[in-house]
Amino acid sequence: MSFSGALAQLFAIALALVLAPLLSGWVGQCRAWLQSRTAPPLLLPYYMLRKLFEKDVVLAHNASSLFRAAPFVIFGCMLLACAIVPTLSTDLPFAPAADALALVGIFGLARIFIALAGMDVGTAFGSLGGRREMLVGFLAEPALLMVFFTLAMIAQSTSLATIVETLAHRELIIYPSLAFAGVAFTFVSLAENARVPVDNPATHLELTMIHEAMILEYTGRHLALIEWAASLKLYAYSCLGLALFFPWGIAPGDNILALAAAIPLLLLKLAIGGFLLAAIETVNAKMRIFRAPEFLGTAFMLAVLGLLVRLLLEVKV
Amino acid sequence: MNAAIPLSAQLINLFAAVILLLAFAMLAQRRMLSLVNLFAAQGFCLFLATLTAAVTTGQSHLFYSAGLTLLLKVIALPWILYRLVRQLNIKGEVEALINIPTTMLVGIVLVMAAFNVALPISELSHTITRGTLGIALAVVMLAFLMMITRQKAISQVVGFLSMENGLFLAATSATYGMPMVVELGIALDVLVGMIILGVFFFQIRDQFDSLDIRHMEKLKDN
Amino acid sequence: MSGLLTLDLLILAACAWLVTGLLGVFAGRATGFIAGLLFPLGAVIGIGVGLLGLNALGAPTQTAVLAIGLPDLPFHLRLDNLSAVFTLLLGFAGAGISIYAAGYFAKGDTPGLGPLCFEYHVFLGSMLMVLLADDAYAFMVAWECMALSSFFLVTTDHKHEEIRRAGFLYLLIAHIGAIAILLSFGVMTGGEGDYNFAAMRTVELTPTWTSAAFLLALAGFGAKAGLVPLHVWLPEAHPAAPSPVSAMMSGVMLKTAIYGLLRVSFDLLHTTIWWWGVVALVIGLLTAIFGVLYSTVQSDMKRLLAYSSIENIGLIAVAIGLTLIFHAYGMDALAALALTAVLYHCLAHAGFKSLLFLCTGSVLHATHERSLGKLGGLIHPMPWVAWLALAGIIAGAGLPPLSGFVSEWLLLQGFLFSPGLPHPWLNMVVPVAAALVVLVAALAGFAMVKFYGIIFLGQMREPALKDAHDAGPWERAGLVWLALITVLLGVLPSTVILRLDAATQQLLGAGLANTLQQQGWWMLAPISAERASYEPLIVLVSIAVTLLASRWLVRSLFHGRVRRSSPWDCGYHFEGPRAQDTAEGFSQPIRRIFEPMFRMQRHFPAARDKQPYYSVKVEDHFWYWCYLPIARLANWISAMIVALQGGRIAVYLMYSFITLLLLLLVARP
Repeated sequence: MSFSGALAQLFAIALALVLAPLLSGWVGQCRAWLQSRTAPPLLLPYYMLRKLFEKDVVLAHNASSLFRAAPFVIFGCMLLACAIVPTLSTDLPFAPAADALALVGIFGLARIFIALAGMDVGTAFGSLGGRREMLVGFLAEPALLMVFFTLAMIAQSTSLATIVETLAHRELIIYPSLAFAGVAFTFVSLAENARVPVDNPATHLELTMIHEAMILEYTGRHLALIEWAASLKLYAYSCLGLALFFPWGIAPGDNILALAAAIPLLLLKLAIGGFLLAAIETVNAKMRIFRAPEFLGTAFMLAVLGLLVRLLLEVKV
Repeated sequence: MNAAIPLSAQLINLFAAVILLLAFAMLAQRRMLSLVNLFAAQGFCLFLATLTAAVTTGQSHLFYSAGLTLLLKVIALPWILYRLVRQLNIKGEVEALINIPTTMLVGIVLVMAAFNVALPISELSHTITRGTLGIALAVVMLAFLMMITRQKAISQVVGFLSMENGLFLAATSATYGMPMVVELGIALDVLVGMIILGVFFFQIRDQFDSLDIRHMEKLKDN
Repeated sequence: MSGLLTLDLLILAACAWLVTGLLGVFAGRATGFIAGLLFPLGAVIGIGVGLLGLNALGAPTQTAVLAIGLPDLPFHLRLDNLSAVFTLLLGFAGAGISIYAAGYFAKGDTPGLGPLCFEYHVFLGSMLMVLLADDAYAFMVAWECMALSSFFLVTTDHKHEEIRRAGFLYLLIAHIGAIAILLSFGVMTGGEGDYNFAAMRTVELTPTWTSAAFLLALAGFGAKAGLVPLHVWLPEAHPAAPSPVSAMMSGVMLKTAIYGLLRVSFDLLHTTIWWWGVVALVIGLLTAIFGVLYSTVQSDMKRLLAYSSIENIGLIAVAIGLTLIFHAYGMDALAALALTAVLYHCLAHAGFKSLLFLCTGSVLHATHERSLGKLGGLIHPMPWVAWLALAGIIAGAGLPPLSGFVSEWLLLQGFLFSPGLPHPWLNMVVPVAAALVVLVAALAGFAMVKFYGIIFLGQMREPALKDAHDAGPWERAGLVWLALITVLLGVLPSTVILRLDAATQQLLGAGLANTLQQQGWWMLAPISAERASYEPLIVLVSIAVTLLASRWLVRSLFHGRVRRSSPWDCGYHFEGPRAQDTAEGFSQPIRRIFEPMFRMQRHFPAARDKQPYYSVKVEDHFWYWCYLPIARLANWISAMIVALQGGRIAVYLMYSFITLLLLLLVARP
């Protein structure tokens, strides 16, 4: 671990904290444009966070200590995830702490806490949301793992830094398996981040909601942390997708110049990615909750196909 | 690790993979018109794969068969199918005998089987793209599966045509195409078969007021 | 230790357990004496056993011959690294359960505490003897003692019809398993008639006979471990027993079966055929999927945990299968990786499943209620139990940074290498099996959230729950001990694996120690740091630091004000406890998606029902597909045989006479 590595790590964490709400704001803006609505300000999520932090916390009478601890735990998990994902450079002191499989585990930990917190107050919506969140979880995780398996086979490693380094510094080889894995990853990211075909982040009071149903009882700083954590999750998934499937421009080592060059490129990639996300959300309708297994089943199938194609075409020949 | 593979082979592999993906998409598709679109897309990928093979090897007959693929499978057959769907007034969703997730799981098992069966065969071939033989076999099997699990006669025809795509891909990838005569013959067969089937559809519908093949169970002697 | 070997001390410990049990019989009804003195004594012995096991890891193998048993057939005992791993497990998990039991049984509502104390300690001692046995005779005697003592423990509350039935089923399947094990030993002697394990190791068998021995062992030990389709006793027997006993059976006894399977397949049989691994892998996957699906739909908290044990045993069997496959192809470094996953999951499961079963014990004591539909909100009256159970469910869901994740991570790393197998089918099918393992893990998360959320969170579903009390000091001590094991196994994997390495070295001749020693103690990188690494301590610490830092920052930058009010719930005013999900409601998505996996009887209310109700009953397909046909066949055969029963002595004599005649005619040399 070098000094500049540690610096890059701290910088990546700070950048995640700052950029994550911006990304959510940007997606919201793009969505509004695409739907011919007046766009909210780009900085809306920051105003929201500030407002929520300043408000009092209103707790339900029977909310337990777990309910109060959960937002902090979830925030911690998501921040850790952002620290592990190689956003700007692959030389991160935190990277060995968790490889791709452990990253799935960290997301799983956050999921369990948010589901439990949803069940804590004991309202109808809370337990409904918790149950659906776990449903999406067990459907998405196998697909996500198969995506990581395919990538791990290409890079001969499950460490995210090594995977990204291998993919960024290879000769131009077309891997059909990567295309399959990429589509599958997109599907999984949509489901995991409660985006449109599976869930709608912009609505309360809809009987099919998932994420919002769990956090209905949260207020004030707790809600702020949960919202922040949700945008960190979106940021982590976006950066992960960009790093894995469009890895060009990520600094290989502790080179300050390369690091500086990586920032505008990351911003550009995130902007395009956010726009595409908004486009996907606009052209698709939210599906019934019991179509979600089919949607994520397709993702799983694509990931498995990617793995098989990898084994057939790219190893044996 | 596989830097030795030339770009053309990579491209053909990519197209083969997309053809496989489209075969799966057809298996999962519920709407008839989308099914025809997917079929056209599959034909287009096949065309691109053949074209790449033609450009790489410079064999003239591959150019012809690429052109034939484009004409027949991307333009003519989808157009006929479109017309059939319109005229027969088929609407709504394709009915499947087995639900779609199960079909897809069976499909994955078939792909694995096809890949393993094709491995020893492709060892015999010497072309750079012999790996796609497994994919071709998988496409044939998936098309077969689609014919088995679908109820509407027209989706069975699409399955049949997609199977032919798979065979064609096998021929291109393993041996760089069949002799021209054979290809022309097959193309003609497919076209004529399609037209005859089109006629049959009208007959079936006039007879049963439906294109559901379950009605044909009544045709047996008892 | 002058003159006394570790093995001798362990034998003494087994005797000490036996004596403790006997004291319990003499103490009779002196509840205070039994619970306050004998169970803690058993726990102390347990800690001693665990420490001895730890000490024996990496030490040279020790053997002893005990002059008990039949005249010409003394007990051979042996303590090697494999036994040591499981001795360690038995000692430490057993100690935690015994401390808990001291508090649990002190309340005096358990019938026949004296005999129970005896059976409990015989159970412990016989499990220890199973681990130490070095000949088939000693092994089977200890095995049967274990089965019988646990049968009596299961039927502690024998006044209930269903508990008697559960006990009978358990005994029946335990004996079917025992017969299979005995036959397996018989095959392994190779017709030489020497039932000593040392002799079995040298016998050369043909591939057919080796396979027969392996399959018999798999069936026999599988019956004890709860592999499908011989799992049916498990969800009946575990809930029937008092909670400490359930914890002991689930956490420790199932592992003795895993021990037996490992002993037979890697030690006694010295050749391995690749398809054994495939058989174990497939059965393991089926068991895991079956177990986890059924555990998500249970409405009884102990049954939920029992099915979850089936799932974990399935995962262990998957890992054993992977080990066998790698071993058969000579890829011993990878086999060592998979075997480490097996051993680690045994330890992890012993910790967290005992913990969870004991938590249900506390809940049961506090509320007298096992049905999830009548619990809820217990985190308020029982904070100790609730927070300790949280550690259990995180480990049970296989999530970082606790123990369950380490073994799953190792298992998946093993799967990642399976495309390198020199077999065209296996290298494609086996990687996809990894996806099923992840599905199982994620479904386990569903089951654990259901378990925890419905028991401890939400509103209380019954008013009487307000009077629930938290666990007493002894119980807390036991729970804390097991939670500590779960956390330590979770955050210090490298240290633990370096200890376990002696066992993998002994069985496979390969281990992970060399790679692990090159890295820091906090880092788990079984192959190389570039290939894959996991640092649970860093994960735990960084989450904790972020948690504290963000809490401090938010409070110092803004404020820490809190108001209480009634829940918002989107403005709906149906706030009663009935509005929450029931246990059945929570698992509705599973029942819907995996409908063909269950045999369900449902009743839906009609539109104009005067008293509408909904009910669902989920039953096991295996009863109807496997067991009932066999039962009917047995009935039918007995009905046929009844015809022979004439009631007249002359006829019976004639039967004997004809038999004698036939034997004389047939059995000529």
